[in-house]
Amino acid sequence: MSGSMTPPTARLAPDGRAGDLEAPDDEGLLRVRDLWKVFGKRAAEIQGSQDLRALSRRELIDQTGCTAAVRDVSFDVAVGEVFVIMGLSGSGKSTLVRCLTRLIEPTGGSIEFDQSDLLQVDHKQLREVRRRQVSMVFQQFGLLPHRSVVSNVAYGLEIRGAGKAERVARAHEMIELVGLSGYENSFPHQLSGGMQQRVGLARALAVDPKMMLFDEPFSALDPLIRRDMQAEVIRLHHEMGKTMVFVTHDLSEALKLGDRILIMRDGEAIQLGTGDELVGAPADDYVRDFVRDVPRQDVLTLRWLAQPAKPGEDLGGLALSQHTLVRDAIRPVLESSSRVRVMDKDRLVGLVGREEILAILTSDQK
Amino acid sequence: MSAGALVSGLSVRKIRSRWVWLILAAAWLALYLAFHGTSTLPLSASSTTSVQNNLNSFNNNISNGRNSNPVFLYGVNYVQVGMTHFVSFLQSLISQPGFGRPAPLIGWLGVIAIVGFVSWLTAGWKYAVLGVVGFYILGLQGLWQESMDTLALTIAAVLIAVVIGVPLGIWIGLHDRAQHIVLPVLGFLQTMPSFVYLAPLTLLFLIGNASATIATLIFAIPPVIRLTDHGIRAVAEPTIEASDSLGSTTWQKLVKVLLPMSRRTIVLGINQTMMAALSMVTIAALISAPGLGQVVIDALQTLDVGTAFNGGLAIVVMAIVLDRTTSAVGERSQQVGGRHLLGPQARRLAFGAGAVVTLWAVVESAMYVWANTFPSSPTIGPAIVAGASNASNWVQSTFSGITVGLRNDVTIAFLNPLQSMLTNAPFWLVILGLCAIAMIIGNARVAIVTLISLLLIVGTGVWQDAMQTLAMTIVATVLTLIIGIAVGVWMGRNRQVDRFIRPILDAFQVMPAFVYLVPFLALFGASRFTAIIAAMAFAIPVVVKVVADGIHGVPAPAIEAATAAGSSTWQLITRVQLPLATRSLALAANQGLIYVLSMVVVGGMVGAGALGYDVYSGFVQAPLFGKGLAAGLAIVLLGVVLDHISQSAANRIDPSRH
Repeated sequence: MSGSMTPPTARLAPDGRAGDLEAPDDEGLLRVRDLWKVFGKRAAEIQGSQDLRALSRRELIDQTGCTAAVRDVSFDVAVGEVFVIMGLSGSGKSTLVRCLTRLIEPTGGSIEFDQSDLLQVDHKQLREVRRRQVSMVFQQFGLLPHRSVVSNVAYGLEIRGAGKAERVARAHEMIELVGLSGYENSFPHQLSGGMQQRVGLARALAVDPKMMLFDEPFSALDPLIRRDMQAEVIRLHHEMGKTMVFVTHDLSEALKLGDRILIMRDGEAIQLGTGDELVGAPADDYVRDFVRDVPRQDVLTLRWLAQPAKPGEDLGGLALSQHTLVRDAIRPVLESSSRVRVMDKDRLVGLVGREEILAILTSDQK
Repeated sequence: MSAGALVSGLSVRKIRSRWVWLILAAAWLALYLAFHGTSTLPLSASSTTSVQNNLNSFNNNISNGRNSNPVFLYGVNYVQVGMTHFVSFLQSLISQPGFGRPAPLIGWLGVIAIVGFVSWLTAGWKYAVLGVVGFYILGLQGLWQESMDTLALTIAAVLIAVVIGVPLGIWIGLHDRAQHIVLPVLGFLQTMPSFVYLAPLTLLFLIGNASATIATLIFAIPPVIRLTDHGIRAVAEPTIEASDSLGSTTWQKLVKVLLPMSRRTIVLGINQTMMAALSMVTIAALISAPGLGQVVIDALQTLDVGTAFNGGLAIVVMAIVLDRTTSAVGERSQQVGGRHLLGPQARRLAFGAGAVVTLWAVVESAMYVWANTFPSSPTIGPAIVAGASNASNWVQSTFSGITVGLRNDVTIAFLNPLQSMLTNAPFWLVILGLCAIAMIIGNARVAIVTLISLLLIVGTGVWQDAMQTLAMTIVATVLTLIIGIAVGVWMGRNRQVDRFIRPILDAFQVMPAFVYLVPFLALFGASRFTAIIAAMAFAIPVVVKVVADGIHGVPAPAIEAATAAGSSTWQLITRVQLPLATRSLALAANQGLIYVLSMVVVGGMVGAGALGYDVYSGFVQAPLFGKGLAAGLAIVLLGVVLDHISQSAANRIDPSRH
């Protein structure tokens, strides 16, 4: 099944194009606008030239020798949201996330974090942001091999000048939080990959940041450990409610963790939306290809299936919220004698019957 | 290009170049027969040219202007005085009377206690035992004061090298542009034979400790810079990024991340710098640096094998102690979170006890003669001198048939014909031949460098001596490569052999150059052959290592495929492993040439004559100073020519440049 589904109400159908989308509410913590990162000697002139900006990545390399790793990307992240940036390798996602705290200096655009433009602040202020507001977890962990676990976790506090007693106490707290109690005095090389990444996680949490960045943190881990760590991140998010920007190339990880997902290709934002929006209404063939193998019953909600009532149809049957996953609606719908009502609170969105449910199940079989 | 086309392209080039070589050799021989004996630029040992005399008067002018010329008055003289004071300070601590006392401040007991305590702290108790026993042996040999002089000079040079070298290494490790400027300079410094630093420095800083220390500093500083740079650059990118992401300042990043993570490499650099410094300090005896080198040189001059052996042995003992201990420090800093034998409480107690004992020994040695001046008995020095001298006499009389035979065979069969060819050919013909070789192996640029360097050698006036040195260098290098490649292939093919031989090579490589002369002098007497053999002993370890690593680096699939196709061992070596390791072979040749040249000139002191002897007599006889300086310059130029030609051969083979 390749055609995109159309949700019945226009209000629910943002086309998903990046740049048009606002955060779900106005309390955006991070506002990224028109962000560019161009690598190469002539990077600066590309920013100023409409003609050069219009070129494709390939054409740009041929004409200027420069590579545009991030092209005109805009998005907002709300407080407490888990925002996932997803793409294949070379799509610019890791560059993008590094631009957010200027580990890689963006070529142009603006990054507004907590009401201040990070591209305008000086290095001292930027360091303060990195020390207190935004911390990061890396794919290769980036632990200090010559320091013990506790000293690694305390590193962020140490460099911002916290006293020894305070940072050791805080580090122990974090180590307990990520489930590494008993390994405080071990050294990184004595730990497994998953445990090392827990140290990385604790280190990022220790500074009590407003926002955490994750750059493919679990890609270097084997699948079982990866699942544990994903659960760990979900747990921590529930407990601490941190805003997170999470980079991954793994769609199932993105769907599992992300409130919203930004899909990138060749440095450009292709689509931004919730998991069910990407699966239900892929913006183009690239996204469609991406989501092809996702079990739709696990992602789509009833609002994507709801059909208008036929004249005179019985509207007295079972009522389900439009946010119910298809997976959870299979039994009630199949057992119901009439079509099930799909509700947006008190308003009727449409009806779902066996036919629609079976169509989804059949397409998942393929 | 497909693999087949590449191979056929190579073989076409090979055939063509074979013809070029043949024609060139024939043309050269024809010219040689026509012109030999003309334009050979001879110069007898005691005569000088006008250029050399000018250098002499240049030296005199500098000497006279030492107290009026602003460069000296406000720059060089301060460096000279400061350096002299620094060294004398260290000497009055451990080797010479000073601080208004008739004896050094810290006597033998104190020094040995400090060596033991510091090695115990930094490297472990085994190395403390090694240090204590080693230093005690130095005293038993009757060479305590000389050893301490050598140690003081070495420490002076190493301290300054570290103070300058580590920051410089960090700087070029963090800045690519600085690295591009500094590394070639270091490369040049490292191709220069240790010998040639001495004369130009005495020009500036006079004969004595200042020149010796600065020469040692220049000679020894490259490894610590290079390895610091390497260590900084080898720190994993994710770690640096993680530290940045947490808001480290540049300073915090350096102190908390880069330096701790590159500590082992930096310590390795300090180790290499220390060994180079020890080697150079002994050679600096030529410009009257005190210490063990002086003992060896005085003995070599009188061909007193026994005393030279005793002094050489002391250098070896000191080299072993310094090398093993600093290496252990490096290895130890790598073991993070290692286990300790004792608990923290017991460790603190042991540390306290060690500190108290050391302090007691230091104070005791400052106050009482018995602990200050090493007792004259018991001693093993005279026994070693007599034993070595007798052994040498016995070997020379018993095996004279073999040693003299070997010496004469090599000299008559290879050295004499080559030398007479190079010295009898007109200088322009030699230059023409070498430039042609440079052109074929390298390119026009290499040929031009060769041409200019050789013309400059003509200008120095020591052309014939340079040709003699060249002849010895070529013979020694060829023999070195034959042996080095054979052993290297053996090692590269067999891990067990590698494990057995490599430590021996490592041990050879830390030995200061001087030490090599002694045993061969004992065996073969004063001759050119002794210099050749010593140069081979000096160069073979490097060549073997480079070849072995090259052979070992041949991809396993290539060997597997050739074995599966039914190759014999010999076919495997000659058709697969050696061809695939050509670049290593060329590099080995390059290193071999440089090492051999630097040792052949040192051999000038034991009857090898030529450039080395010119340099040496320049130190000893004032009227020949200019000639010595000119000869030193000729050595550098010869080194540049040999390095450029062999280097370009290695670069041409570099597969990445195709």
